[in-house]
Parts: sequence; structure tokens; C-alpha cells
Amino acid sequence: MKRFFLFLPLLIAVVLGVVLFAGIGKDPTKLESALIGKPVPAFRLKDLNSPDAELNETLFRGKVQLLNVWGTWCPACRDEHDDLMWLAEEKGVSIVGLNYKDNRDDALVWLDRLGNPYSTSIYDPRGTLGFDLGVYGAPETFVIDEQGVVRYRHVGVVNEKVWQETLLPVINDIRENG
Amino acid sequence: MARFALVVVLLLLAPMASAQVADVYNFETTQQEQRFQDLIEELRCPKCQNQNIADSNSPISKDMRAEVYRRMRAGESNDQIVDALVDRFGEFILYRPQVEKRTILLWATPAIAVLGGLLVVIGVIVRSRRQTDQTPELTAEEKARVAKILAEDDQDNRA
Repeated sequence: MKRFFLFLPLLIAVVLGVVLFAGIGKDPTKLESALIGKPVPAFRLKDLNSPDAELNETLFRGKVQLLNVWGTWCPACRDEHDDLMWLAEEKGVSIVGLNYKDNRDDALVWLDRLGNPYSTSIYDPRGTLGFDLGVYGAPETFVIDEQGVVRYRHVGVVNEKVWQETLLPVINDIRENG
Repeated sequence: MARFALVVVLLLLAPMASAQVADVYNFETTQQEQRFQDLIEELRCPKCQNQNIADSNSPISKDMRAEVYRRMRAGESNDQIVDALVDRFGEFILYRPQVEKRTILLWATPAIAVLGGLLVVIGVIVRSRRQTDQTPELTAEEKARVAKILAEDDQDNRA
């Protein structure tokens, strides 16, 4: 018994070490979405490209898609734009754009100049859908399954590494296991 | 002169008072205003992480304050408002996490630590009591040995 107490500090140090070590390298600014496993919230917003057309949550039925939240005011969105183009053109990924707290003219100029990776673009100037999605900083990219359920949320820039290591495995998992 | 200095100091301090939160909300009663203030001080900004949404200037905090206000106006209870925001932004935004199965260890840690400390203190006291109680009695044989050693010691000293 006495010997056990002698080793107690060592034991505590080892347990604390393991727990704290597990936290190293985790980015505390990346939060898991509260919407994972829940359907995309209901919305009624205009299409960015055609102001008369109204879009709603049925947009996310039928295939696995990415939902990319962006704005022309967001420098990191510029960084990831070329990678989104690559995903859409080379990898054939269907990406829905959510133009978040932006204005239509700027957004259209941006897409015209840099290319348009989005199969559809939702225009959300007041950020209402963004708020319901729990968006706290663009860019954010959601993986949405065929039933319109949010499966994953990535906060920050999407690039080839993020695609290969994070998004693609999630998509493959949805395709294989439903 | 003193009055002039006071005016200067107050003028310099004035921007600090208004720098905190720029948007203004109207309330009918001071209780409502207090309730709003309490709510936004208990919710954490998901973007800036170490600020509550009352303190933060980030756009998302502004949106969250507006949502709290809108829902208060709509007659929702504090729990309803907090739940609505947690549904969107996750439990991260709660400075005081809800007591449930998953967080019970978190809530119980202080009590466990105090209990552990008490046990250690009790252990130390009990042990020291036991030691003072048991001043070991020498056997007859040992007493004879002690007497012999002391006698030898005496002789050595005299020599």
C-alpha cells in the first residue's frame, strides 16, 4: 500500500501527460458543427445568378454535394478559389455556393473574373442561412449527403490536402455506408 | 483647475464607454434590459472564443445579439433562446455547460478534488495520532540491553 502511494505522483504525471498530449496540435478555433446529422435548415433565398429564381432546401436532395460559404470581402476565400475550380472541373465535385453577407454585383464580377466553380449559387446578403448553419467565419465548407443532411463542416480554406485527407474520406464514407 | 482636469479626463474616457457595443436596443423596462444583458454575457462568441457576445465586436456576435433581441421580443424564454443558439453554434457557446451525463465529470471535478483533499488530510491526521499513541514498549530483554549500554557509556566517559 505504501509503495502504491510512492508511485502515485508518477501515475498522476503520466495520466496528465497523456491527456494533455492528446490536445497538442488541435486547433481550438475549429469547432465541430452543431448541425452534423441534421438536415440543412429551411430557407428561401434568391439565386445569385438569376435574381428572379428562388431557391430552397430541396436544392440539396439527390446527390452528395459540398456547400461552400464565401464572400468577396473574405481574403481566404480568394485563396481557396483556385482549388474549388480544380475540384469542380477536374474532380467533378458538385459545389453549391453560399454567397454570404455580400452584394450581388461584387460577387458576379468575382465569379466572372476568377471562374465559377458553383453548380448553383445562393445569394444570402443578410446572412440568414449562414446564421442558421452556424457559420462564424468564411470560408466554411459543408458536406451534404443525398438526403440533404449535413455530414461534415470544414472551417477554413479548402485545398488539395484538405480534400484528400478530410473531405474525400467523408464523401467516400457516405457513398459506401449511406 | 481641478474641474478642468476632471473634464479632460472624462472626455478622454468617453470613447471607452461607447467603444464596447455599438448597436443600441430599446427595451420597455429595465428588467428586460437586464435580462438581455445577462443573456449576452453568458453566451460565448464562436469566432473570438475568449469573449462573450456582449463584449465582442465581431459580425457574428452582432448577429447573435440581434437574434437574442428578436427572440426576446417574440416572447421566448431564456432557455428557448439559448437552445436556439446552441442548435446552430453548438455547446461551445455556453460558458456554463448544461449538466448532463457527458458533462457530469466536468461539474463534479471540484467536489471530487475537495473530497480527495479531505481524505488525504484525514489520512495524515489518523496516521500521526496512531504514531503518538503507540510509543513502543521495550521488552525486558531490550531494557536490560539499554541499561548495559548506558553503563558502558558511563565507564568510558570516566576513563
